[in-house]
Amino acid sequence: MPEVFVSRIDDFAEGDRRIVFHGGLEIGVFHWQGTYYAYENQCLHQGGPCCEGVIMHKVEDVLAPDKTWLGQRFSADEAHFVCPWHGYEYDIRTGECVGNRKLRLKSFEVLRRGDDLYVVAS
Amino acid sequence: MEIQPNDFRRMSVEEFDTTKLLAHASKQSKERGYERFPIVDVDSHHYENESMPEILEYLDDPVLKQLATATARPNAKNARILNTMVGYQDMGGRIPRYGLRSFEKTPAGQTQRDAALTKRWMDAVGVDVAVLFPTPMLALGVHPQVEVEIALSRAYNRWLCEKVLAHEKRLVSMLYLPFNDPDATYQFVKEFGEKKGVVGFLITSTRYRPVHANQYMKTYALLEEMGLPIAFHGSYHWHDQAQGMLNRFISVHALGFVWYNMIHLANWVINGIPERFPKLKVIWLESGLAWIPFMMQRFDNEYMMRTSEAPALKKLPSDYMRDMYWASQPMEITDMGLLQETMRVINAETQLVYSSDYPHWDFDLPSTIYDLPFLSETAKRNILGGNADRLFNLKLGTKKLANVA
Ligand code: FES
Repeated sequence: MPEVFVSRIDDFAEGDRRIVFHGGLEIGVFHWQGTYYAYENQCLHQGGPCCEGVIMHKVEDVLAPDKTWLGQRFSADEAHFVCPWHGYEYDIRTGECVGNRKLRLKSFEVLRRGDDLYVVAS
Repeated sequence: MEIQPNDFRRMSVEEFDTTKLLAHASKQSKERGYERFPIVDVDSHHYENESMPEILEYLDDPVLKQLATATARPNAKNARILNTMVGYQDMGGRIPRYGLRSFEKTPAGQTQRDAALTKRWMDAVGVDVAVLFPTPMLALGVHPQVEVEIALSRAYNRWLCEKVLAHEKRLVSMLYLPFNDPDATYQFVKEFGEKKGVVGFLITSTRYRPVHANQYMKTYALLEEMGLPIAFHGSYHWHDQAQGMLNRFISVHALGFVWYNMIHLANWVINGIPERFPKLKVIWLESGLAWIPFMMQRFDNEYMMRTSEAPALKKLPSDYMRDMYWASQPMEITDMGLLQETMRVINAETQLVYSSDYPHWDFDLPSTIYDLPFLSETAKRNILGGNADRLFNLKLGTKKLANVA
């Protein structure tokens, strides 16, 4: 199982990401709220570099108990990365496409080895 | 300028580069062997507002020119002479190329910037010839001053012909018609119809003029005589009273881009324009494909009962529609069975023409066509290039102009 170097842990800030390359494979690695996540950088829509887009918190409608609409807010805990080509959004914690959670990016294991991070590219 | 923390293919904001953004598209081009056949994109865009100071130089009317240039700041990206639309095409920054485009560098003093940027994405995507259209001017049909629509579109057309089309064999256009003035519309076809790179004329569909009005017949006759197609380009208009009931841009976009083309297509067919001008080729742009079977079924069904209200027709409405051309983007891909049926009813192998709409947010790559499992290799090549080659008489044959190396 090829292990591909991602970054020194100290150099990989919270909220940051890396794109690593192995053969023809591209993997996006995210450092999000203390955890590392890795997904194939290949959008399920038209193949765009989905891991390279902006990170946005989920937008939510706010309803009152009587079901009237009060406004919108950003989710406190759910964040998405957004494919820069056309806007498909992916849950940063699961790699699911949030428009249709039956669709999910291929994910990869992230390993800590001493001061370094690796991703298992298989 | 700070954007979200990312390394965006290691691009800093100052060096935004379309080639890097579209690296995956280039890979698709190579994997699918696009170097084997030409690809024509019948609907692509540039941002003419970024060249507005140059375009305003082409205004004839000295008073209007003074008004336009005085209200435009030096090197302004926009001029107040041009009406704008409420809308959020960039999805609140989720599509970063909208905000970053102005940082992209082009070689100084060589190719005109709009042409250089256009050819950059064309090479990345594998497109040989692009039919180029403006962006904000798609809304000019609802400008409150008809004389400004005429003056500005004439200035734009002149600028495009002289600065871009005259020098670029891979860029062509169907030029803007100021359709709110039927006489000016006719004059535009006369003035620009034989310019290099002009392969037809465009009606931006967002407007309130019925296409069957008698005043337009001379223009259709002239276009038919010159062998130049007429195209209708969809867009939205949130100030339209009906669309004003929609509260989210997704709804305005999804319905608006089809709405005006539905109106124009209904008038076109039911008033028998195809019978009056049987050789005039008609193209429908940027409405996707899902509306076409709806229109065919709806109008065939009603025509069978209300035949007396469409006496000019000699065949079913859908039969006239099958003679027309349809640009593919934004192609609805969430139900492959419905898409396959749609392609069957429109005779996609001869009538469908690929369009990207690049660089707009809902662009389609050639792979949206090339990867369809139900199309033959011949059909794919026709849709991606062969049909448009014949439609516009480009004489490409099998020639490949894009750099897919
Ligand atoms: S390719 Fe990612 S949103 Fe289209």
